[in-house]
Amino acid sequence: MSHLLEVRDLEVKFALRSGDITAIDGIDFTLDQGERLGIVGESGAGKSVTGFSIINLISKPGFISRGSIYFEGNKISDYSDSQMRTIRGNRISMIFQDPMMTLNPVFTIGFQMIETLRAHKKISKSDARAIALEKLKKVQIPSPEERLDQYPHELSGGMRQRIIIAISLLVNPAIIIADEPTTALDVTIQAEIMDLLQQLCETEKMGLILITHDLGVVSQVTEKIAVMYAGKIIEFGPTDQVVHSPVHPYTTGLIGSIPGSTAPGEKLLQIPGMMPTLSNIPEGCAFNPRCDLCEPICTRKTPPLEKKQNGTMAACHIKD
Amino acid sequence: MKKKLQKFKESYFLYSFKRDKVAMTSFIVLVLFLIIALTAPWISPMDPYDDHNIDIMNSEIPPMWMDGGSSEFILGTDNMGRDMLSTMFYGLRTSIIIGLGAVSLQAVLGVVLGLTAGYMGAKTDAILMRIADIQFSFPYLMVAIFIGAMFQVVFGVGLYEQLAVPLLVIIIGVSNWPMFARTIRASVMGEKHKEYVEAARVIGLPRLTIMFRHVLPNSLTSVMVIFTIQVGSAVQSEAALSFLGLGMPVTRPSLGSLIRAGQEYIFSGSWWITIFPGLLLVIFVLVISLLGDWLRDVLNPKLYKG
Amino acid sequence: MNTKKPLVSINNVVKHFDISGGLLDQLSFKGGKIRYEKTTVKAVNDISLFVNRGETLSVVGESGCGKSTLARVIMGLYPPNSGQVLYDGQRIDNLSHNQWLPFRKKMQMIFQDPYASLNPRKTVRQTLEEPLRFHNPRLTSTQVNDKIAEVVEQVGVDPVWITRYPHEFSGGQRQRISIARGLILDPEFIVADEPVSALDVSIQAQILNLLMELAEKRNLTYLFITHDLSVVNHISTRVAVLYLGTLCELACAHDLFCEPRHPYTRALISAIPKVGEKKAKHIRLKGEVPTPVFLPRGCVFHGRCVYANDRCTREVPELMELSNGGFVACHAVEENRSME
Repeated sequence: MSHLLEVRDLEVKFALRSGDITAIDGIDFTLDQGERLGIVGESGAGKSVTGFSIINLISKPGFISRGSIYFEGNKISDYSDSQMRTIRGNRISMIFQDPMMTLNPVFTIGFQMIETLRAHKKISKSDARAIALEKLKKVQIPSPEERLDQYPHELSGGMRQRIIIAISLLVNPAIIIADEPTTALDVTIQAEIMDLLQQLCETEKMGLILITHDLGVVSQVTEKIAVMYAGKIIEFGPTDQVVHSPVHPYTTGLIGSIPGSTAPGEKLLQIPGMMPTLSNIPEGCAFNPRCDLCEPICTRKTPPLEKKQNGTMAACHIKD
Repeated sequence: MKKKLQKFKESYFLYSFKRDKVAMTSFIVLVLFLIIALTAPWISPMDPYDDHNIDIMNSEIPPMWMDGGSSEFILGTDNMGRDMLSTMFYGLRTSIIIGLGAVSLQAVLGVVLGLTAGYMGAKTDAILMRIADIQFSFPYLMVAIFIGAMFQVVFGVGLYEQLAVPLLVIIIGVSNWPMFARTIRASVMGEKHKEYVEAARVIGLPRLTIMFRHVLPNSLTSVMVIFTIQVGSAVQSEAALSFLGLGMPVTRPSLGSLIRAGQEYIFSGSWWITIFPGLLLVIFVLVISLLGDWLRDVLNPKLYKG
Repeated sequence: MNTKKPLVSINNVVKHFDISGGLLDQLSFKGGKIRYEKTTVKAVNDISLFVNRGETLSVVGESGCGKSTLARVIMGLYPPNSGQVLYDGQRIDNLSHNQWLPFRKKMQMIFQDPYASLNPRKTVRQTLEEPLRFHNPRLTSTQVNDKIAEVVEQVGVDPVWITRYPHEFSGGQRQRISIARGLILDPEFIVADEPVSALDVSIQAQILNLLMELAEKRNLTYLFITHDLSVVNHISTRVAVLYLGTLCELACAHDLFCEPRHPYTRALISAIPKVGEKKAKHIRLKGEVPTPVFLPRGCVFHGRCVYANDRCTREVPELMELSNGGFVACHAVEENRSME
């Protein structure tokens, strides 16, 4: 077991009163130490559920119905809640789109950071404060001393996201899972946060799973990309290959739909239709109703994720 | 129409209703009460309003299963010799009429004023809401005593007995409208900044059209919940007023005036005159509260899980 | 400035919002005296610009820069505190509700959130029928039906679905319906407030294509409000960059993206994440965005600008015309300070 994180044939279902629906349909991927992986997809593709299932935080009607997740060689998908707590927020941290999901509005930043530290380690308050300060400096927050005594509402969105990153650094995690960490932020701030994450991964040897809908962001930060569609990974490979020579028609379409990929004023490449809802996924390849290259086999047989000539893995029947 | 029925059958509303035993039972009891209230003149063994049926010799007969009870009067008779069961049926009818009437009046007043305050904002809002605060700080009992006493002095007791029902509707209705106004105002203030309202303004629709045709229909969900709960509380208010002698006269009793009439006889052993109407009142208010709670849970989008 | 008569022009528009609440909140006790103070958000400060017939003018800026407020001032949803809005040479910012009506047919708006911009209790048909019947009471039912069918077809919604309610549609479909509502009165000018930012990438491309197609077919003029610079580059004729309620730079799209002048525009453009391009060094701004309640003195950008000097903290820069026809408001550009 040489990988830091290994997800094997993961399937997540949601139990609804109309029956179970599959949110994630058998995905595999791995992450090594210090590696940066991007999970890209449109809303409803299952990318956030993937993130949550790694730390076993899927909300109620959802459950892992098949497959396994290994972290540092241990099968954490079998862990009990209390075992999981030693990993979650300690060895694996999570950053959300809305920093206020993690920050408590009634306590100061310093208090929250010190509490987090002391929950995981036995150290004195003043030592904890020193560590907190050091981490705030690491995320390049201006005047970190002052921030410790401020409340979350006194800070801007970008600043709060930095605080969250600082909090997740407190415990020296091996992996950070960032779920749309910059979607709510302005472009200039987004660029700074992304810089910071990338830099930290390099200096701290952390693994990063970046979950986002923005191919632009992913392609600048990560080394590998997994493109998800309707609960499946449909293309997976090194960032350069996925972005420059994608195999799957969905990836091609997704890249072509980004304004800027054609000359200004020209029509954008567009994928007709929309992603199927999870309760209504078409037979065969889930993308077939929207695909220009659809052939009879595509409506019957689900294509497996397999090695293609460009160096990526893709789930598509077309020959390359 | 068929499609709508089909949709209702598949809705979350019906689904959660069928799964909630308490809500179902409450609903059945409530419907039963409403049927009784509606058909009281036909199903009651006797007409308690008709003097000819009343024989003072029959007063204080205990319920039929007790010593001295008679099968003619299942739940016994009151101090005036009226059949308890019939009197309770009529009393329930009066209570429900007053309750529904008062809450309808509250709702109309509250919705119109709350919508105006919420949508107009600024000064209009400030003035209307201060009026609501003042109204809230007046105990309805005080208002009732004042209006009731004035009316009796000016128009005499005879006319008061005739007009007691509409008068109680107005008293209870007017004193409780701020409840509706505040709720509606809160949801209107949330709605009015939504883009569909701006879209309606961009189209150039007149303000009243936007208020009543766009904003109001989207703010009414909360009103359904308060409406149910308020009916319970209005019936209670009426009972309290009648108990204090400020409500329905004993000749045309509501549940409250029955309880009042009976409580003098508790110590002489005729407990049934006050206990039976009391139980009926408690059950009625209880089922309404339970239904209201259930409705609030179902309609609360935060708790909604499909 | 321009020989062509602009379709829409706004002159020195100022819009401040009072957020101080009731009378009691406005009183404060300072230095032994009771003072009466209002807290205002200075959303739009002295902005002038014009939109030419047939062009797409994009207004970009980050959250809180006043771009949405500007759109709503133009549409008459908020009255400006001062300044003028002119449509085809006529002043419209001081009109009464009834005087506005003829302009409502010519100016329409498309909104950001497809989940909030359609009344959930009205079917698509009712949503489209209402403006049509209101402005043209004499139309027969057949005419109304024909018009609805035509517009619905144009925006790419199947006419069979028009008896449905908004919640039965996806975000992209709703945005199409919202566009249909904007088009049903056959306007010539459309303000689009972030019309694609709530949509997924593939759907966003569909809607952008639709908007461009409609502009061509119906000869529309757009005022396009967005924070997404790659969208701006794709669809605009000219671009106005806003920062804290102030216009920093206004130039034709090509010039602005190839040769941004204002330090803020340069930082913005350098921060756009581009697919497949290994990260170029983006320009880092210092400091934090000030709140629009307490605006900085002088140039509003000086606290974050690396080229700022003493003059920037004192003097508000005027908008000046450049040789390529663009406008920029910056002392550093005016003085030709080195920006490398």
